[in-house]
Amino acid sequence: MSNIPENLKYTKSHEWVKDEGDGTVSIGISDHAQELLGDLVFVELPEAGASLSAGSECAVVESVKAASDVYSPVDGDVVEVNEELADTPENINQAPYDAWIFKVKLSDPSQLDGLLDAQAYQTIAEDD
Amino acid sequence: MPFIPHTEEETREMLDAIGADSIDELFDEIPHNLRCGDLATLGPGLWEQEISQLMQEKARSDGQPLCFIGAGAYDHHVPAAVWQLATRGEFYTAYTPYQAEASQGTLQLLYEYQSMMTELMAMEVSNASLYDGASALAEAVLMAVRAHRKSKSRRILLPRSLHPHYRATVHTLVKNQGIELVELAYDGSTGQIDQNDLEKYRNEDFAALVIPQPNFFGVLEDTDWLTGWSHDNGMLAIGVVNPLLMSILAPPGTWAETGVDIACGDGQPLGAPLSSGGPYFGFMCCTQKLVRQMPGRIIGRTVDLDGKQGFALTLQAREQHIRRSKATSNICTNQGLMVTAATIHMSLMGADGLARVARKCHRNLNLLKEKLTALGEIEPLFSGPAFHETVLRLPLEAKRVLRTLAAHNVLGGYDLSRHYPELGDNALLVCATENRSAQDMDKYRLKMEQVLASRRQGACATMAKFD
Repeated sequence: MSNIPENLKYTKSHEWVKDEGDGTVSIGISDHAQELLGDLVFVELPEAGASLSAGSECAVVESVKAASDVYSPVDGDVVEVNEELADTPENINQAPYDAWIFKVKLSDPSQLDGLLDAQAYQTIAEDD
Repeated sequence: MPFIPHTEEETREMLDAIGADSIDELFDEIPHNLRCGDLATLGPGLWEQEISQLMQEKARSDGQPLCFIGAGAYDHHVPAAVWQLATRGEFYTAYTPYQAEASQGTLQLLYEYQSMMTELMAMEVSNASLYDGASALAEAVLMAVRAHRKSKSRRILLPRSLHPHYRATVHTLVKNQGIELVELAYDGSTGQIDQNDLEKYRNEDFAALVIPQPNFFGVLEDTDWLTGWSHDNGMLAIGVVNPLLMSILAPPGTWAETGVDIACGDGQPLGAPLSSGGPYFGFMCCTQKLVRQMPGRIIGRTVDLDGKQGFALTLQAREQHIRRSKATSNICTNQGLMVTAATIHMSLMGADGLARVARKCHRNLNLLKEKLTALGEIEPLFSGPAFHETVLRLPLEAKRVLRTLAAHNVLGGYDLSRHYPELGDNALLVCATENRSAQDMDKYRLKMEQVLASRRQGACATMAKFD
């Protein structure tokens, strides 16, 4: 069974969202998602400064057997991208909840409430 | 016997299963005026002996003229070993094989091809080839638009001095994708890209500048300056080059300090015979940074579980069977057989051999130019440095001269009036590869002299044969 930390929010498309408490959130892909993808070989990062809307494609994670889009869970501007992943995409396999992909400054902090909690995401992951 | 494995009953059964009356009905969405009909003009089938007689007759009627036409495809010597080896059963396929376990030989050959192309172009990455030079450029344009993420510009600067067929092909392949091609003028006196025209686009938002070397007129462009200019203005630089000439000219990976982002062109000069226009192959190289935006197959070298060297398709996540609609590579079929020949050709010639051929071509061009301009009425049209082919201004219509020369078995060059009406009717693009001897050039000069003399004497247009 994959690891689903209680302190994070999730989406149906398998992103995790961490509230940094300063109006920004970190976003990555869940342990379940990295298990499905297998060994990651490349991460295409969003452009810092890009303005995203919830549900828009903003990054790509590519494994030895598949490539998958990452969707922004919220509206907002990209304030930082994890450049380290360009050289070490395997960080996502090894520690999916430490390997954030990008950080977004929230346009509307209340959007966080609309995301899934750990329990709701667990149900989705189990049905997968 | 048609090569369709289904019987009429089976076809009927399948049509019934999907509820269609006929196979034709499956093509209903294609409007009737766009269909080719029943090929009524095609005669009945011929048997083998008849067809070979017909073909021999056609070949005889072509004769074996002396070819002084370049314009994108060149009459080079191809060592007999090239096609002897390329057509061996082990290599004889047009496809890049998927199954690494059954295709190590072909995969290794493609890997060697990629290595040779990266060396020739001084670029980091090469794919396993594309269809031809023109479609490779169209793919390079699409790639530049994808890769230019900062501004998402969909505009491209395309010089008029680029091969007209390349411009037409790029137009066909990208115009319906909302990509705007902006034509750059050439300088009427030098034949190079007009820098004043280019300066109009300084600080404007374009995805890429296309830089031909040499350009269609055989004029060398100032590639360092152009590459630097495109990067200074936030554009990618796409080099379109004759691969043979990169053995002695500065290759695109070395232009300016950075090199270009994408280099492409037609591989025909590397071992493919003219064959009435094809098949040839397209090549494409790029920087490591852009490799995931590159179309086409890429072969990688790796080791198997026992640590032994092996070759396999790599970076397939770019391709349509994995990325589906987001694929950056929708062209995966290539000209594998032509690439096989090119790889053998390059390995037989070596870097040194290619350079010797390129030098000989250039020397021949200068010799031909000297012989023709010595006639007194012919002069180079452009002042820019000419390489490998050049434009001459004749004292009369190029079309008329070519017709007369052809009657004497000399293909005297390419008439520019159709694609460049602004140059008038008298501009002729000529080329003399290493296959042309001094005697060939003397024959050309003699025939040209006769054409010019007959005009002076006011002779009728259809002159008598002198030999």
